[in-house]
Amino acid sequence: MKQKVTAKVISQKEIAPSIFDMWIATDLAAQALPGQFICVYPGNKSTLLPRPISICEVAEDKASLRIVYRIAGQGTTEFSSYQAGESIEILGTLGNGFPVEKGEGKKVFLMGGGIGVPPILQLAKEMNADKQIVIGYRDSQMFLKEDLENNGTVYVATEDGSFGTKGNVMNAIDENNLDADVIFACGPMPMLRAIKKYAETKNIPAYISLEEHMACGVGACLGCVVKTKEVDHHSHVHNARICTDGPVFEAADVEI
Amino acid sequence: MNTKVTIAGVEFKNPVMTASGTFGSGMEYSEFVDLNRLGAVVTKGVANVPWPGNPTPRVAEVYGGMLNAIGLQNPGIDVFMQRDIPFLKQYDTKIIVNVCGKTVEDYVEVVEKLGDEPSVAMLEINVSCPNVKEGAIAFGQKADALYNITSELKKHAKQPIIMKLSPNVTDITEMARAAEAAGADALSLINTITGMKIDIHKRTFAIANKTGGMSGPAIKPIAVRMVYQTAQAVKIPIIGMGGIANAEDAIEFLLAGASAVSIGAMNFVNPYTTVEVVEGIEAYMKKYSIEDINELIGAVK
Repeated sequence: MKQKVTAKVISQKEIAPSIFDMWIATDLAAQALPGQFICVYPGNKSTLLPRPISICEVAEDKASLRIVYRIAGQGTTEFSSYQAGESIEILGTLGNGFPVEKGEGKKVFLMGGGIGVPPILQLAKEMNADKQIVIGYRDSQMFLKEDLENNGTVYVATEDGSFGTKGNVMNAIDENNLDADVIFACGPMPMLRAIKKYAETKNIPAYISLEEHMACGVGACLGCVVKTKEVDHHSHVHNARICTDGPVFEAADVEI
Repeated sequence: MNTKVTIAGVEFKNPVMTASGTFGSGMEYSEFVDLNRLGAVVTKGVANVPWPGNPTPRVAEVYGGMLNAIGLQNPGIDVFMQRDIPFLKQYDTKIIVNVCGKTVEDYVEVVEKLGDEPSVAMLEINVSCPNVKEGAIAFGQKADALYNITSELKKHAKQPIIMKLSPNVTDITEMARAAEAAGADALSLINTITGMKIDIHKRTFAIANKTGGMSGPAIKPIAVRMVYQTAQAVKIPIIGMGGIANAEDAIEFLLAGASAVSIGAMNFVNPYTTVEVVEGIEAYMKKYSIEDINELIGAVK
């Protein structure tokens, strides 16, 4: 059940420039699925709207959640100042999450780009598959790489070539001669477009996690829509709600 | 203690409603609040046919509020009546359906279809959405156009109609008088205030539609002022809205002359706002020994 709660920050640290890693103690962890997200509310009342942030990891005891986020503006700047023991307002858990079962026993690509890397961690932890984790960063200021290495074979691309393949995640696939039966991905739109195209060429399914500016996070405001191939079930047009019908969509079903 | 208010002959258990477009048809927020506690659910605008709405980004945050340009995405009246009305009928709350259209005929078609649905208590006519190019606000910014559509809809509507007014006019009381003269049963105000935000890093508009309607606590003083002015200008009841975040805000609107209030953008900030306002109004009435909420309506002259 979705709930807005006041939770406690367990720990927080900066793991790369402007990238923060926060553990939050909350009962919502018990229902969290890989690829779902939470909304985090700034305390400053000039910044009212919740910030949607993907769930990076769920603790073994299901009593806490980890989020890894980038400072993008005033709200996330405020979050980055929170110390252990402080309160944090969150709403969750939201969205559909990745269809883990579609990867079970298969050869899969788990792909993350930049601040799209975090949700790949919990997905990798929960999936029993031949996991090829392909992640891309701007430069060698990488994050979550070691965590991912404990959950599959990791291939890295950096835009400046300072580590792994020079270029993006698609270049890393080419350079390492990789292939897969199914793709799960989260990252910037150009990356997701390239994955959609690649999946069509290879005739394999790809499940991609989208993002968009949101207001409510629960499907009421219709702020965060994506164009869909088929008529959506809510508004009967071609606009699915990313917050509730997604954020994970099969790439073939969305026009991005 | 009486919290009941009556608007155009319709009795509401309390004056707390939801602002159209911020609450869907109640389904999403029913996970957070008991809809039975609300005076009414005012639905997202519904047209005669499905509307796809505007391109994204559709929302942006601004200081103390937000901009939106959803563009009235909706499934059309047929799906709405098959799905949303049966859902809302399960609850002991009044249903007010917000109606939008591009032409007078579009509005008439929706109003006539809803006439067959006795569970719908009132119709709120959206002539003030700033985010669609045709219809909507074209009817709400000129007094003669507002008069004409109001009188036309009055001929077809079985339920009382509420004309939802735009603040994006020179004198809202002129619009209010035109709606009243044309036979409107009630008014609701304010719709959002047209605004703009520019992303200086991307050097583009924050919203694809360039302009969006501003809502949230930052607009509340403007809304209270307009409710007060309108209450002085017309005799028909007013549903007040604009940045209401808590019971104190809601009571301001009642004192300014609103017979009921709607909670809008703050649902996004705190999904429990509606019920907290209901409870907060009751606590205020106890504190000041107010027997009947109607004593508060327009009490500040």
